[in-house]
Amino acid sequence: MGEPGTQELLSLDELEAAGSVRTGRKHILSILVENKPGVLTRIAGLFARRGFNIDTLAVGPTDEERLSRITLTLDGATHPIDQVTKQMHKLVNVLKIRDLEPEEALARELALFKVSADGANRAEVMQVCEVFRAKIVDLNRRSLTVEVTGTCEKVDAFERLIRPFGLIEMARTGEIAIARGRGET
Amino acid sequence: MRAVDALMECLKAEGVDVVFGLPGGANLPTYDAFYDAGIRHILVRHEAGGGHAAEGYAKATGKVGVSLGTSGPGATNLVTPICDAMMDSVPVVFLTGQVRTELLGTDGFQEADTIGITMPIVKHSFMIQHPLEIPRSVHEAFHLARTGRPGPVVVDIPQDLSRADIPYEPVTDVHLPGYQPTIEGNQKQIRLAAKALANSRRPVIYAGGGIINANAAVELTELATADRFPVTCTVMGLGAFPAPHDLWLGMLGMHGTRAANYAMDEADLICAIGARFDDRITGKLAEFAPRAKFIHIDIDPAEISKNVPAHIPIVGDAKNILPRLTAEYRAVSADPGRLEEWWSRIHGWQERHPLRYDDSKDSEIKPQYMIEALYEATGGDAIVSSDVGQHQMWAAQYFHFNKPRRWINSGGLGTMGFGLPAAMGAKVGCPDETVVCIAGDGSVQMNMQELATCAQEGIAIKVFIMNNGYLGMVRQWQELFWDKRYSQVDTGQFPDFVSLAAAYGATGRRFEDKKTLVSDMKEALATEGPVLVDVRVTREENTYPMIPAGKPARDMVG
Repeated sequence: MGEPGTQELLSLDELEAAGSVRTGRKHILSILVENKPGVLTRIAGLFARRGFNIDTLAVGPTDEERLSRITLTLDGATHPIDQVTKQMHKLVNVLKIRDLEPEEALARELALFKVSADGANRAEVMQVCEVFRAKIVDLNRRSLTVEVTGTCEKVDAFERLIRPFGLIEMARTGEIAIARGRGET
Repeated sequence: MRAVDALMECLKAEGVDVVFGLPGGANLPTYDAFYDAGIRHILVRHEAGGGHAAEGYAKATGKVGVSLGTSGPGATNLVTPICDAMMDSVPVVFLTGQVRTELLGTDGFQEADTIGITMPIVKHSFMIQHPLEIPRSVHEAFHLARTGRPGPVVVDIPQDLSRADIPYEPVTDVHLPGYQPTIEGNQKQIRLAAKALANSRRPVIYAGGGIINANAAVELTELATADRFPVTCTVMGLGAFPAPHDLWLGMLGMHGTRAANYAMDEADLICAIGARFDDRITGKLAEFAPRAKFIHIDIDPAEISKNVPAHIPIVGDAKNILPRLTAEYRAVSADPGRLEEWWSRIHGWQERHPLRYDDSKDSEIKPQYMIEALYEATGGDAIVSSDVGQHQMWAAQYFHFNKPRRWINSGGLGTMGFGLPAAMGAKVGCPDETVVCIAGDGSVQMNMQELATCAQEGIAIKVFIMNNGYLGMVRQWQELFWDKRYSQVDTGQFPDFVSLAAAYGATGRRFEDKKTLVSDMKEALATEGPVLVDVRVTREENTYPMIPAGKPARDMVG
């Protein structure tokens, strides 16, 4: 701007707003919480009342008894992720939130598929399973149940292939994730 | 000792000198402990009255308010004050009784899931599961309520646990690993903000209740006067900047001044401090302050870029940040003449559009005049609480607050019935101050019962009811936006407030004549004990100016 007397120049035009950006991609949030009653309700309630949509949610113990880890995936196209994490940080029982970048995270999901498989298509179903390294965990004359692990994209792909054979039902855990390398998540 | 006796020790250690509550089955042990604990307990007539009184006490004194209720309905009656305290960041600890642990989850008598019901509206809450947790949880509750962005904390104590014996040792530290509010603002960001201010030609300081919570009113004035920065405050921030001041634009927002709203609209830089860009401020968000860049200073990082993206976010305590920002600003030599043009534009708005109303030619009392009369009668030296509605906005416009903690109202939640009990709490906290409540005839009846508490305890609040026989703000909206179809807003002239005041053991008066209003008010203020005054005002007067909901500031009417 170069006003007379101004020592350092700063044009207001140069200032850019930060925050509330929609990234447009899937986010995996790894949340370390105190293992206290009601913590999950607090998080779920926060999402509900702020209008944030959870895609998947997995909760389990950690290596420390007093802590649990919540792995939560949500869509960065519809949510300002920074606002989601900042609101969650306000919960006193939430200790740490890490927004895991896809390339720095190992993410896995476990899924069980019950597929109708009588004599005619059984071999073909088993072939698909083999390609996906899916494990057959239950088998009877009319159906088989398969266990698949992998990223959710892999599980999605398996579902697409297996559905035409007659998908009876399916259960998925939602992804859990951990940071790659030596550092803690 | 009994856990409830330990609870009393904790309250004393926290410096609690007064609590507001009402006993019941589930908190009988607590009340047994109050019997000789040496803590003043004010017996309210409804838990909501106690909750708002604790808020009024907290807002007037800056200390943590304490409010108690029993389980079930006692706790659900506290839901409104809890939510109110959450919306307006008021530090209050709510201690609720709960049924015995063996009855939990069985729909026992007076059982309600207090923690579940209040979860969305608390800063935090504690469900006591073991008597040993009581002392630590209570101290953590006070710490959470008071620090960072203040707010309500609920501690729910089952009856059997509260009477259990525990070894009590004073708790000297609190340990909340998930709670570390940022106090100190980032130096680089503060420097950047100073530079932006120095290069701005049309700046506005937009200050909110955060200044009052941070006790940073003096620091705000220092920043504003480091140059000639125009200042506007939200309804929560009134008193954070002295109202009679050359740099003062008046309140902004839906019923703010044109000067304040137009300045926001044309600003090139807005410095928001302890304010949260509520819809009552922004109007139509997409057209809010279209030319402005934003500095946003707040202790709550989640407020930054929540509604309006910030260009220079600074997280921290205003008390820490403002002096440093002022110092940085002084170090940058800004062109002193660059604000001339801006000020002449602002002065133009101020001259063309002052707050105004058509006063009556006869003895009729206009509601705006009622506020001006009260300002004159008190010499402006009073703590003023209000309910919610037209009277609240007129009080905000015409009572010129020059100090923080003098204006106590329900801004975020807009709770009718807040004013009278809040005044009661403020008077208990500041017994030497004149405490008046500007009430609406609709609002005041929502917690009228606390007049009995005031009479019994000798809490000398002076309540001035702006009585137009309408739910006035709703009537105004029906007039302006719903073709004058007045649906369920006429309250007639019921009740007879003068006899009602007498029935409660307070002094009741009715004022109807403009000519004697100031002297009548002075007399009411000088009357001992609680006084309830029914001031009859013009029935259909509208609160102006006004930004219609969902419109930009440019479209102000009236």
